[in-house]
Amino acid sequence: MKQKKILIVDDEPNILMSLEYAFKKKDFEVFIARDGTEAIEISNREKPNLILLDIMMPEMDGYETLKQVKDNEDLAHTKIVFLSAKSKEKDIEKGLKMGADRYLTKPFSMKKVISEIEELLA
Amino acid sequence: MSNYGVGLVIVLYLSMLFVIAYVAEKNKRSKWTNNPYVYTLSLAVYCTAWTYYGSVGIASSSGISFLAIYLGPVLAMPLWIVLMKKVIRISKQHKISSIADFISIRYGNNRQLGALVTLTCLFAIIPYISLQLKAVSETFSLISAKGSYQSTGFFDDSTFYIALLIAVFVAFYGTLSTDTSEHRKGIVATVALESILKLCFFLAIGVYVVFYLFDGTTDIYEQASLRENFDQLTTFGGLGNGFNWLFTICLSFFAIFLLPRQFHVAVVENDNENHLRKAIWLFPLYLLLFNLFVISIAWAGNIRLDAAVNHDYYSLLLPLQQSDYGLAVMVFIGGFTTVISMIVVSTLALSTMVSNNIVIPYGFIKTLVEGNPEENAKRIKNIRRISIFLLIIVAYFFYIRFSVQLSLYSIGLISFLIIAQLAPSFFLGLTWRRGTARAAETGMLVGLAIVFYTIFLPVISNIARPNVDVLTEGLFGYAWFKPAQTFGFYYLSPESNAFLWSMAFNTLSFVAFSLNTKGNYRERNYAEMFVNHENYGNLQEGGFIWKGEAYVADIKRLLNRFLGEQRTNRALQLFNRKYNISETEERADARLINFSEKLLTGSIGSASAKILLASVSKETPISLVEVLHILEESKETKANNKLLQEKSNELAAMAQQLKLVNEELRIQDKLKDEFLDTVAHELKTPVTSIKAASEVLEDSDMPSELRTKFLKNINKDSDRLDTLIRNILDLEKLSGNRTELEMDDYDMSDTIQKAIHGVEQIASKKGVSIKFSKKQNVFARYDEDRILQVLTNLLSNSLKFTEPQTGKIKILLEELEAEVSVIVKDNGRGIPEEDKDYIFDKFYQSKNQNIKKPQGSGLGLAICKKIVESHSGTISVDNHYKKGAVIRFSIPKEQ
Repeated sequence: MKQKKILIVDDEPNILMSLEYAFKKKDFEVFIARDGTEAIEISNREKPNLILLDIMMPEMDGYETLKQVKDNEDLAHTKIVFLSAKSKEKDIEKGLKMGADRYLTKPFSMKKVISEIEELLA
Repeated sequence: MSNYGVGLVIVLYLSMLFVIAYVAEKNKRSKWTNNPYVYTLSLAVYCTAWTYYGSVGIASSSGISFLAIYLGPVLAMPLWIVLMKKVIRISKQHKISSIADFISIRYGNNRQLGALVTLTCLFAIIPYISLQLKAVSETFSLISAKGSYQSTGFFDDSTFYIALLIAVFVAFYGTLSTDTSEHRKGIVATVALESILKLCFFLAIGVYVVFYLFDGTTDIYEQASLRENFDQLTTFGGLGNGFNWLFTICLSFFAIFLLPRQFHVAVVENDNENHLRKAIWLFPLYLLLFNLFVISIAWAGNIRLDAAVNHDYYSLLLPLQQSDYGLAVMVFIGGFTTVISMIVVSTLALSTMVSNNIVIPYGFIKTLVEGNPEENAKRIKNIRRISIFLLIIVAYFFYIRFSVQLSLYSIGLISFLIIAQLAPSFFLGLTWRRGTARAAETGMLVGLAIVFYTIFLPVISNIARPNVDVLTEGLFGYAWFKPAQTFGFYYLSPESNAFLWSMAFNTLSFVAFSLNTKGNYRERNYAEMFVNHENYGNLQEGGFIWKGEAYVADIKRLLNRFLGEQRTNRALQLFNRKYNISETEERADARLINFSEKLLTGSIGSASAKILLASVSKETPISLVEVLHILEESKETKANNKLLQEKSNELAAMAQQLKLVNEELRIQDKLKDEFLDTVAHELKTPVTSIKAASEVLEDSDMPSELRTKFLKNINKDSDRLDTLIRNILDLEKLSGNRTELEMDDYDMSDTIQKAIHGVEQIASKKGVSIKFSKKQNVFARYDEDRILQVLTNLLSNSLKFTEPQTGKIKILLEELEAEVSVIVKDNGRGIPEEDKDYIFDKFYQSKNQNIKKPQGSGLGLAICKKIVESHSGTISVDNHYKKGAVIRFSIPKEQ
């Protein structure tokens, strides 16, 4: 089976580091980006199966990044999962409305994040 | 011409008047009866037989002095626009129907005063009416060539029948409505028409005399100048004559306001005060035209006629001498017309006064209260009709008995003289608040007594004891008390003498009594309404001070009796609506009492109205103290109102403030929510990081160097969490002013050195230089730990935002007189323009809420600000510096 490509976008290097390690361990091909701009660049190049996206980031935030990914037809099959500290009802609603496949909140359980994503890509 | 022929002419003429009056009544609202010309012409009722015949008589014997009687009105007319307007307005509002009503209402609706004015008017006018009858009788005799002026008995005297016919006319058209303040268009129309007729006829005879009998005015002048007494006819005479002129002008000035018939046509029958504007120039013009040919006719008569004939009738005798009978009849009809209009209006006015001010209040009030509306209306009308007949009959007998020897001129003047006694109470009453009822009565009585003494005593004593001493030697032998030359003023005519002294004492008594007596509350109330009529609207009903108890039902029953149920209900409905009073209100207030009084005044006169209302209401007289109290109360209310107004303004301001505070609170609340959101978010980040790392660490396969890295990360994030929590607590403490500052005197240089020392390691690691030119002994009083916190924060920020290796930080210390300033300047990326105002807010993040700051709690600058402010200092960003960030804070040296 072909290795699944996952792009993890977060501006917190420590969080990024943990996620990268965990997904690599699960045999994903992992790409990381520190902000939206970088994320778009990598997406266009690598066409990941899934993007795990933080919302509050400098320069280009998660929402804008999502919009740009959705606008790109090449990325039509790319799933998007928000992973954000914004955990209010209306934030979650907003994220899903914009087209995210899942909305996960911080702080998160690594196991749960992995199982959700595996389920989504199955 | 035969007796019957003339009689027929008279009857025809009178029937014509009936028809005209009828037509005018039918067309009450037409503009033919309601216009300034009719109004002005009706004023010309002023010109009586005295004008029509008497002027010529005077002109023939004493020259131009006849003019004085017309100069008064001419001088008075311009004043009308102000004075008469006021009188008309007051009269309309009070439904005043006569001069007696007017004066008595002004003085607190005083019944006695009304009766006195009525009596005075009767006294003045009845002889005057008989004079008119005399003129008719005499001219009748002249024209019917009977040869004698005297008749033997009144049943075969045509004058008696003429008088009766006039009485029928007045009784019919004068009492169509019970409400005397209603207009009598029929009568006014005939008076106006008569004014045209008498003027035209008089002008016609003038033209006839001047241009037919003579060859123009020059011809008359030349012929007259040959006569012996010519000088006397064309000059004023001496000082005495000058005074006579002056007093006569004054007399006629008063008369045009006060004569009952003048008051009636000018005020009661006025239906539009704008008519005054036309009247003030048209009426003098009318008088001028009327006097145009007087002198010519007089001189012509002197030239052509026998000195023994009655000079008054020159205008009739001249055409008769030429056997121009047609013209003579015309002149006769002109005179007759003059007489009729005068008698009609005078008796109408007098009968109203007699019924409303004497008969009803003094005799019939009880009967009227018991009667039903129809009966009452009938009774009131009958009282008036009987008064009219009685007046004319009394006048007729007066003429038969006394007026034979007296000339038109002298009776006219005496009549004016008596009427003039009303002047002080009338004119001063309109302009001076202090005038009181007692003063008015006293003044009038004193004036009348003097008139009696100076004018009538000589006549009476002449008749009784022809050689009595009083006239020649004065009362009790004192020369000063000679009736005709009182106080030795020998150069005045008897009339002028009487005028001077009666008016002087009348006015003096009026003023003296007014100053020494205080009117009751009613008088003062009305005085205020009359004098200050601009403010009338406020005063007339609301301003009436009345104390007592009355029930609406009683008042309604009373009104029903006089107005009928329908009118009463309508009037009360209007009243209730006007003052927003409930229909079910049982108690009557002062306004209703006053309103009802006004309604009744139209029907039965003010005096009776007052009595009637007093009968249904228990009025308690208000003492002076109470009046003062009421005034005081209203003053207090006013003051209270002012206070209330102030309070309400204050409240409005307070509400405004509250609104602002509320808005502020709302913003604060929102900020707090945002703050909590941000705090939660900021706390979550390190927690998430720690949690994720610790989960990953569960993996036992992890290489040891990576494991160490994750553990280090956990440690760092814990520190971050700790700092954040401390900062939040710190900020909250500072916000609530719960921190005690440990103040002491420190050298700011030392503190800065300590701060630099604290960050030196990080700086050198990043390759950023920190420069501070040391300046010793810059002392200030502050909490060093706190200021150190500020400095460290600022330095950390600068370190964060400057580039490694090239970064430069500079600290400047400035000492001012009372404060110490520290400036931290760097060459980093600077603070975006739009953020400069907000960087000191808690967790401030750039407009884009989703963008995170590079690092740190986001509370640093907010804490700095709190600390500086708790030292009473200021902190700010330099808005102009572009090559990095400059933050300056200052604290006072002494706290």
